[in-house]
Amino acid sequence: MNWRSVPFSAWIGIAGLAIAFGCAVFAPFIAPYGESEIVGGVWELPAWSGGTFLLGTDNLGRDLLSRLIYGARTTIFVAAAATLLAFSFGVLLSFTAAVLKGWTDQALSRLNDLMMAIPTLIFALVVLAVLPQQLWILILVMAVLDSTRVFRLGRAVATDIVAMDFVEAARLRGERTSWIIFREILPNALSPLLAEFGLRFAFAILFLSTLSFLGLGIQPPAADWGGMVKDNKDGIIFGVSAALIPGTAIAFLAVCVNLVVDWLLNRTASLKGGRA
Amino acid sequence: MAEDLLRVRDLKIEAEMHTPGETARMLTIVEGVSFDLPKGRVLGLIGESGAGKSTIGLSALGYGRGSVRITGGEVTLGGTQLVGLSQRGLRRLRGAKVCYVAQSAAAAFNPAFRLGDQIVEAALKHGILTRAQAHERAAGLFRTLGLPDPESFGRRYPHQVSGGQLQRAMTVMALLPSPDLIVFDEPTTALDVTTQIDVLVAIKRAIEETHTAAIYVTHDLAVVAQVADDIMVLRHGKTVEYGPVAQVMESPREDYTRRLVSMRHREKPQAPDQSDRLLTVDHVEAGYSAVKVLDGVSLHLPKGQTLAVVGESGSGKSTLARVITGLLPPRHGRITFKGRELPARLDARSKEQLRQIQMIYQMADTAMNPRHTIGDILGRPLTFYFGLRGAKKATRVKELLGAIELPEHFAGRYPAELSGGQKQRVAIARALAAEPEVILCDEPTSALDPLVADGILKLLQKLQAETHVSYLFITHDIATVRAIADSVAVMHRGRLVRFGPKDQVLSPPFDDYTDLLLKSVPEMRIGWLEEVRDARRMAAAGN
Repeated sequence: MNWRSVPFSAWIGIAGLAIAFGCAVFAPFIAPYGESEIVGGVWELPAWSGGTFLLGTDNLGRDLLSRLIYGARTTIFVAAAATLLAFSFGVLLSFTAAVLKGWTDQALSRLNDLMMAIPTLIFALVVLAVLPQQLWILILVMAVLDSTRVFRLGRAVATDIVAMDFVEAARLRGERTSWIIFREILPNALSPLLAEFGLRFAFAILFLSTLSFLGLGIQPPAADWGGMVKDNKDGIIFGVSAALIPGTAIAFLAVCVNLVVDWLLNRTASLKGGRA
Repeated sequence: MAEDLLRVRDLKIEAEMHTPGETARMLTIVEGVSFDLPKGRVLGLIGESGAGKSTIGLSALGYGRGSVRITGGEVTLGGTQLVGLSQRGLRRLRGAKVCYVAQSAAAAFNPAFRLGDQIVEAALKHGILTRAQAHERAAGLFRTLGLPDPESFGRRYPHQVSGGQLQRAMTVMALLPSPDLIVFDEPTTALDVTTQIDVLVAIKRAIEETHTAAIYVTHDLAVVAQVADDIMVLRHGKTVEYGPVAQVMESPREDYTRRLVSMRHREKPQAPDQSDRLLTVDHVEAGYSAVKVLDGVSLHLPKGQTLAVVGESGSGKSTLARVITGLLPPRHGRITFKGRELPARLDARSKEQLRQIQMIYQMADTAMNPRHTIGDILGRPLTFYFGLRGAKKATRVKELLGAIELPEHFAGRYPAELSGGQKQRVAIARALAAEPEVILCDEPTSALDPLVADGILKLLQKLQAETHVSYLFITHDIATVRAIADSVAVMHRGRLVRFGPKDQVLSPPFDDYTDLLLKSVPEMRIGWLEEVRDARRMAAAGN
């Protein structure tokens, strides 16, 4: 790969993701204070307004910067894991439906419609309220809910590709369904799927934030960006900007992911090895 | 000497190329093209795809597709300079002084409006005719072009008429405002031969009666010889040869033109012994849901020979291939391969049975996975059928590339980096990699330029001589049949009309359909169209 061909916008995205991942991995070394260590008064002003802490403190007097750095861990890990799982389920099932057609397709597609008919948030709230509050269950629920969207896209893309002669040629050769799905269809469906991945990842962060905001996501005292917005939301009424800082971090991460995905999209959609 | 209607001088046309991550650059499409077109004459533009012939045709309307721009030279139509003319000025000319007939009338007509309303639109917009006059004139032109029910034809919708009729309706649309110039862009390329001849006769008659000038763009020299007065042969955007039709056809000066003219005259001698039956199709009937596409078709393919299946679109020839491969199990009848009956369904066949029957598609673009390299595409059947891996596989891939006359380093390339002819060669190599007994070829040359197609046919024959593979070759082109076949099957509306050794099928006495089919193939000589037209008139009068 030629590094010089990487556009400037992609570099911004890569740099942003590197910072976020760096924070997540090296949190204990970078963070000036502990994750739930109370270091000062409630809602102290950030450094640019004359406070002693760089980003100020939160509603319990914890250092906001430290919590932001620790929060990157849970937020990125849960969102990434949920999105990857959602894509694995969604792509596998939708491609199977598109290749096998007939009853398999009908059964999977109608089941998917059924799932999509229930509002996502309410579904998640009900399921999470019933199930024990563990991280892997949270990830799984998010993944299953998101995979319905991936299924729709995947099936639409795959039905187009299945109609191509090269898939028929593979069938005539006697290839198995798994070969047709992973070797013939998947490489050609990569562009739209990647674009969707960027979007879904951003949505997963927001969804996790929403769940945390409602008290069903990451449990305190563990930090996560959405939970931080919730903790500090009351400050907004008093003109305290503490809630806006984790909010900005969420927006920043979402933008960075999409900058990188846009660039990958351009690369995979280019002529060489692209679909004509 | 009549005043020249259209004068083109040193035309240069460029297009902007955008590659992701690079700055845009200009690509020259046409360079240094000059010609004159007086009123009442027809200029034929001929060349391969990418030769710039359509682009030149459209430049007479001052139009460029997409980012295509006229960047040099002059185009003068009836004293008006088109290069640099404002959009408003161009709009005044288009549809009034100069009209355009597109290749695919089916795509060019709006399916939501009646034909008549679309046909008169340009003339009304320019205020040339009133609505009543326009419809009256349209009805007259429908009659001239031999369309059914001329009075009510205009009330039909595009989907209610056939492809050939639609193409003629488009010609009526172009003729209606009595323009000085009409640009025909491959008007018969998408049609069957038997339909093409009707459209050609109609176009020729319309040009003769209205004394309009025309530019006729096509890749088929035999077609252009029938309608044009002058011919310009183009290659890579430059003029190869330009002159009166008789001179270009009968004493071409350039080697490229000579190759174009002589190409259709190849003929393969028929194999003498056709008794060794490798593949037999026995009373097959097949179809999709309620539609019966194949009806009682029986034929057989001798070992090491070529059986050509000829027919128009909708004759069931491609369906026959699908039945043989097992993609479409027949309702009745059976298929026997090497004396044993083949299971009807694809998934009931063994790997060995699948290996022995391979397929080549019409569109090599879609027949190969664009995300696999040529090496992967050729290597997969080797691994799948013979378990070859690593160095052995690489060696065999190189051998295959050698067999199809492509360099070894192509193994690392992607299909999009190859030309149309090269792609089709790779598709042949993929079929060959399985070391099959039979290769089903579904119109493998019809999407290719004539010279490239000729190269593919030669390659197929060379491979047959080396490996004794049999071909079932589906085509709609009689010249292709002559060039490669040992035996011929003629199909019409799902039935087998005629089947036997080539010499027998293609010599009289003929049945009605084969006669029509053979006589509809344009011959590469001037005056052929008139002969056929007159012969048909006589026959019609005789009845």
